[in-house]
Amino acid sequence: MADLFLAYESLFAFVGINGLLALSVYATLCCGQLSLANAGFMAIGAYTGALITLRAPGVPFIAALAASALAPAVVAVPLGLPVLRLRGVFLAIATVGFGEVVRLFFVNWDYTNGALGLVAIPQRTHLWTIALALALALFVLGRLRGSRTGYALEAIREDETAARTMGIHSTGHKLAMLVLGAALAGLAGGLEAHHTFMVAPGGFAFGRVVDMLVQAVVGGTAAFYGPVVGAAFLTVLPEVLREAGARLGLAPGPFRLFLNGAILLAVILYLPNGLVSLPERFRRRARGAA
Amino acid sequence: MGQQALNGVFVGSIYALFAVGYTLVFGVLDILNLAHAAVFTLAAFIALALVDAHLPLWLALPLAVAAAGLIGIVLERLAFRPLRGRADSNISGLISSLAMATVFEAIALQIFGPDISRFPQGTFPDRTIQIGGASASLLQLCIVGTSVVLMAVLTLLLKRTRLGRQIRAVAESPRAARILGVNVDRAIAMAFFLSSALGGAAGVLFGLAFNSISPDVGRSVELKGLAVIILGGMGSVPGALVAGFALGLIEVFTVAHLGSSFRDAVSFAVLFLVLIARPHGLFGRAAAREA
Repeated sequence: MADLFLAYESLFAFVGINGLLALSVYATLCCGQLSLANAGFMAIGAYTGALITLRAPGVPFIAALAASALAPAVVAVPLGLPVLRLRGVFLAIATVGFGEVVRLFFVNWDYTNGALGLVAIPQRTHLWTIALALALALFVLGRLRGSRTGYALEAIREDETAARTMGIHSTGHKLAMLVLGAALAGLAGGLEAHHTFMVAPGGFAFGRVVDMLVQAVVGGTAAFYGPVVGAAFLTVLPEVLREAGARLGLAPGPFRLFLNGAILLAVILYLPNGLVSLPERFRRRARGAA
Repeated sequence: MGQQALNGVFVGSIYALFAVGYTLVFGVLDILNLAHAAVFTLAAFIALALVDAHLPLWLALPLAVAAAGLIGIVLERLAFRPLRGRADSNISGLISSLAMATVFEAIALQIFGPDISRFPQGTFPDRTIQIGGASASLLQLCIVGTSVVLMAVLTLLLKRTRLGRQIRAVAESPRAARILGVNVDRAIAMAFFLSSALGGAAGVLFGLAFNSISPDVGRSVELKGLAVIILGGMGSVPGALVAGFALGLIEVFTVAHLGSSFRDAVSFAVLFLVLIARPHGLFGRAAAREA
């Protein structure tokens, strides 16, 4: 029984961390910008937090976490100023480049043991720490909705040129959301580092930011809680279906990948607003039938 | 110096071959096809499976290339055609191609396993040839030759044939092309066939050159390919060609002068600088493309 709880505790922890990461992608997505730098931001946050805990043991955990969020946020400003002038696919490509440069930096940095990374980080993250961080992120993003800033972000998403004509400072808004996303990704990195005992550059490759994007899109980016729903769904589902996959003779790794891909394709083709738009769609169908 | 240049041309020819297909689809649809690298990987595995089934290489290569082309058509049908006409098709197309890339990678992982696979010994005669002061293996020369021939064929096809004109017309304006009687859906499907076939050919040649194929082999080339098509100008086939060789040479000389740990970083530095300073690349159109 205790084993069972422990297994689920870890699963819940990953749901929370993945939820934070999906929200970090959502932060820029909600003003129409596809930024894929978040694995890099996460790496900066994870390494910052882990280095503080390992090299300065007296510092309280909360301060290490704050530094995890702050460091990537500071990096996001000089990155965002030139890069946010680019639009659409070009922004995505530039930010992918940034993420890879960060990863290669840590691979080549001897102080953090290069490709091996930092190990034996004390486990300081509890389930409630993650829950609190997630609640905080949801609160901030939820309050944004319906506020003056929230409307400005929606205007930028729909038509940036028109938004500028209305006197909205589009670069400032986009930069603010990039910084917020960086802070969330860094926070998630710090939490994960103190949950899994280790940080290595391999965990922050291109595939990581793809996972975040997939979860945000599957959950739905029309609602601020959508990315968390997507993260929960895609983190729990492979565990639930693991047995079924094994019975079909599929190894867990490829099976999880396949599920991710197939679900993402189905959602983008048939459910463009994500899983959170399902209830609305059922309601409309029921009304149509009546 | 001569040796370095030769190595650069060799690596560059594979980059160019990969990127030419990548940029062709972007030119036609304005969508970044992130499944291109997965097709690259699948083609390498298909060629390996054919060689393992005792087919000679000269037969396995074209068969794998044709299979890659067909995968491209399937990809277009499943991930791109249903999205056509949707307002946000640039971003949603990118995401749906990512979904297909994930599915392809899962298939490769399930069938071939996560370990590195290799071509059996003696797949290609092991011979070294001296050119001036530099030496190259016969395989390297054949790889450069094959890629150059394939890229020349593509260029001619786009310039001279009816299909090529149709593809270019669709790239210019799908609507105008349709009014002029071009079957737009067919032209796009053929563009995908050509693009994926070339990407697949690059995969097989890459697999032969380094003789190690794993399900994530496409990942590194994918990001290099991005650097190449940005440097060459998004959508420009000659640009991708030139930029592919340029990146190969830059990489080799970086390794020689700065050390191997900078090899990957340099392509991202190039990508970054071009995007900031000259987003339309070397050969792209100067008009800002709001992709």
